[in-house]
Amino acid sequence: MAVTVKIPTPLRPLSRGKDSVQVAGATAREALEGLERECPGIRARVCDEKGEMRRFVNLFLNDEEVRHLQGLDTPLKDGDILSIVPAIAGGMEAGLAESRRGRNG
Amino acid sequence: MAPTIKELMSQIRERVQEATPAEVQARAQGGEKLVLIDVREKDEVEQGLLPEATHIPRGFLELRIEALAPDRKTPIVAYCASGNRSLLAAEGLQRLGYENVVSMAGGFNRWRSEGNPVVVPQRLSEADRRRYSRHLMIPEVGDAGQIKLLQAKVLLVGAGGLGCPAAYYLAAAGVGTLGVLDFDKVDESNLQRQILHSVDRVGTPKTESARRTLLALNPGINVIPIEARLSSANVETIFKDFDIILDGSDNFPTRYLVNDACVLLHKPNVHGSVYRFEGQVTVFHPPAGPCYRCLYPEPPPAELAPSCADAGVLGVLPGVVGLLEAVETVKLILGAGDSLVGRLIHYDALKAEFRTLKLRRDPKCRYCGDGAKFPGFVDYEQFCADPASVAH
Repeated sequence: MAVTVKIPTPLRPLSRGKDSVQVAGATAREALEGLERECPGIRARVCDEKGEMRRFVNLFLNDEEVRHLQGLDTPLKDGDILSIVPAIAGGMEAGLAESRRGRNG
Repeated sequence: MAPTIKELMSQIRERVQEATPAEVQARAQGGEKLVLIDVREKDEVEQGLLPEATHIPRGFLELRIEALAPDRKTPIVAYCASGNRSLLAAEGLQRLGYENVVSMAGGFNRWRSEGNPVVVPQRLSEADRRRYSRHLMIPEVGDAGQIKLLQAKVLLVGAGGLGCPAAYYLAAAGVGTLGVLDFDKVDESNLQRQILHSVDRVGTPKTESARRTLLALNPGINVIPIEARLSSANVETIFKDFDIILDGSDNFPTRYLVNDACVLLHKPNVHGSVYRFEGQVTVFHPPAGPCYRCLYPEPPPAELAPSCADAGVLGVLPGVVGLLEAVETVKLILGAGDSLVGRLIHYDALKAEFRTLKLRRDPKCRYCGDGAKFPGFVDYEQFCADPASVAH
């Protein structure tokens, strides 16, 4: 399945500035794996060590949050839009923004 | 020979039935769906009128009655101050075919002197009518809506990028009480977006600067400056006096406090956030929709928190998002339209795209979930890194 993943501003340094990336995948999980191949390092920002969505990031399939569908196993169809929507604090901070560790490292 | 007014009135009394206040009260309490019409003039009604009564001045009665009571069999009680004008009014209604009309004998004065209940309507002053005339023309606002706005109490958490434009328009709209909460002082770098402040206010507390600008625009409202940093110790005391909380804060610890207090106190939380060219707006008001913790149960941990040096926002963007918050606030006060409860508007300014995402309440949410017992407030640490400590 060819789907579009919308990249939020704080993650765009990892997508070379692109606001969306085309990937292939039969499920949301596969799409995130595809995204990781296109944008190395992005998956760790969105998913924890067990591969589940981080609690301050949500993933929407079109206009529905995947948590209320079948989570990362939610099947995709051609033309679907996946949106990564992080918690944004305001003008000062944003969850997911380049981490201190990342910057220092 | 033409009759005298006394003769005319006694002729009308033969054709129009009268009812005493006690009889009217008995019929109303008996469950009958009476239409009560107060036919006095506007200035008389300001002293009070019967509960549930509709005010139609005598001169407009025939012109407006069909909109109020299209069925000619509707039981109607007309009253005036002492029972004379309402006799003429009732006769006019009979001429239009209304079969079940009575005039209340002794009118409003007798009703009140016999100890029956009276409601005093909230009225707009003439000055308010001029100021808010463009609101009064809209059916969704009108007099009743403007009175609601004037009586509403909205707390703005933060007098920054989001709070400034929201507060400015809410003040203009006549929201009667605006609380402005901020601990900070005006800095030159704020002026790129925080439109309540100005060059000559640099160094002034933002609450005071906001108060001055808001009252200059609308001296008829009440602005309460609250110069404080929100914490678990003061959040409940500060929030309890307000109807709606507008979150225009810029950090996670405050956002979680705002959310948790709104859940605890059952207050709508109008939420907006911005980052560079992106904005999010929604209204959290469980159980109709989710709370912030249904979406994001915990803030990001320190190692994934950004440095403030990354911060930045297009100056106009919080204007757009703050005003969407203001619109939602006004809608909540008016009870008009579909609120953003359960939906999130995502605005991408660079793409010029608005998208709406569905948000659902998590029945297992620790704060607003089914049967959840309030777990208490959390003072999260401010984990924004000191820019000086960040290696470049």
